Amino acid sequence: MFKLSNLSYKNQRIFIILAFSIVPVVLLFTFAYLPVIKMFQYSFTNWNGLSKNMEYVGFDNYKTIFTKPEYFAVFKVSLYYFVATFVQMGLAMYFATILSFNVRMKNLFKGILFFPTLLNGVAIGFIFLFFFKPDGTLDTLLQFVGLESLQQKWLLNPNLNNISLAGASLWRYMGMNFIIFLGAISSVSKDVYEASDIDGANRWHQFLHIILPSIKRILQLNLILAISGAIGVFEIPFVMTGGSNGTSTFVIQTVDVAFKYSKLGLASALAVILLFIVILVTIVQRILIKEEA
Amino acid sequence: MHTLKYTTATIFKYLTLILGAFAALIPIVVVLFASLKTNAEYANTGPLTLPENWLNFSNYTKAFIDGKMLLGFGNTVFIVVISIAGATLTGSMVAYILARFKFRGSKLLMGAFLLATLIPAVTTQVATFQIINALDLFNTRWAPILMYLGTDIIAVYIFMQFLDSISESLDESAMLDGASYWTIYGRIILPLLKPAIVTVIIVKGVNIYNDFYTPFLYMPKSDLQVISTALFKFKGPYGSQWEVICAAIMIAIIPTLVAFVALQKYIYNGFAQGSVK
Repeated sequence: MFKLSNLSYKNQRIFIILAFSIVPVVLLFTFAYLPVIKMFQYSFTNWNGLSKNMEYVGFDNYKTIFTKPEYFAVFKVSLYYFVATFVQMGLAMYFATILSFNVRMKNLFKGILFFPTLLNGVAIGFIFLFFFKPDGTLDTLLQFVGLESLQQKWLLNPNLNNISLAGASLWRYMGMNFIIFLGAISSVSKDVYEASDIDGANRWHQFLHIILPSIKRILQLNLILAISGAIGVFEIPFVMTGGSNGTSTFVIQTVDVAFKYSKLGLASALAVILLFIVILVTIVQRILIKEEA
Repeated sequence: MHTLKYTTATIFKYLTLILGAFAALIPIVVVLFASLKTNAEYANTGPLTLPENWLNFSNYTKAFIDGKMLLGFGNTVFIVVISIAGATLTGSMVAYILARFKFRGSKLLMGAFLLATLIPAVTTQVATFQIINALDLFNTRWAPILMYLGTDIIAVYIFMQFLDSISESLDESAMLDGASYWTIYGRIILPLLKPAIVTVIIVKGVNIYNDFYTPFLYMPKSDLQVISTALFKFKGPYGSQWEVICAAIMIAIIPTLVAFVALQKYIYNGFAQGSVK
């Protein structure tokens, strides 16, 4: 019978390396690299996803995307989410800073601010449908504080619906930024704060000269990831508006083009563009971080 | 003068904290209120009004039965358990050989995993769909399971970090006793990786439990619904019965809440580690 311990350590090593990497490598190739290759290939065809033959059409799909405004409009929607990310990070930075010092019921506040990040995306979509619907939570709150005049159709008004959706997205992801910043700040030794206290630094000085440098790298990372995050938005608008009234995002559009309208070639070209944007952003981020180090 | 300024700052601090907590909680709390109201009560009261009877669970029963939530939980648990077990195993194996052996191709292997993280899964879905189709896995639970197993550099990273802190002299002394590498991995490394395993289980578990995209696209068959897709189905037919939808939302959230309260400490660590790439 085959027993591993009968082999020399050198042969064992070869065996173990092969045995331990074969399954992950096969999975990696099948579900990460093969789709990319296929996607590039499809993007130059007019394949509908079903028929046996696909016709090569060159760059036609790309031309369609860059010349027809309806395909390009989704990038404008991304801007709302991109801007929301800055507000989100500002809030996360503020709460992470004050919760790094002595505060009553610190853990309770930490837990409450972080909890939304753990919730199911579909549940969050519904929660905010309920929040924004006519006579829903937001309208009632406005009435409560005497601002009835502001009540309106938060999800139907085309000037406002993307802001409402980006707000829900901010609510969902703020806790994630918050907990990352909190971790970065807590890696600063307590002595540094004590020393600066003795030197007469106030909280603002401490934030500027101790906390900000300690989270700078993660902040940069998050700022750059905000671009790919803004383009990859899916669940919240999909559940809440289905992408109607000009709230469709890049991913909703790609899924629709591929699976609803069976234009797989075109959808692949859309995905290739998205992939390029994300890779570009990542490269910029790596370069910036290398320069930093 | 100084104290006055200090007091104002303190008041401001607590005011913003309470406001922040209020903003984080109110959207969920009103859903809880609505889920406990009767149909007539819901129609006649505002969202901020407390439910009359805090023990009115009829909406929950309705949502649970009509929405076939039990089926959703069953499928979710099945997928989560197999995916996590597999991901833990493959992730720790790859991390083990990468951390312990210097071999030709180890850089290539590491690079292949790293490069894969640059490819966001949502972008390649159109082509991945064709692969799942070709493997005859469309509308089976194995489609999402295989994809969750697929490219998981975060697990590999977390395991490698922990492996660095496990002294190699432990391996060497086991080798003096004649243990095979397999024994070393199974008997020494894996048990010592327990804290890392807990972290990976939590991070992956939360992601899989909350994922909507993958099951929605790959398992449209109603027998295969998971919690996310079960919840999504309430959208059409229950459009006017918000008290039932709210109960369904709470049913999907409660397991997360319980897990969060029980595992708080690990969750904070897990997310801090999992997110620093």
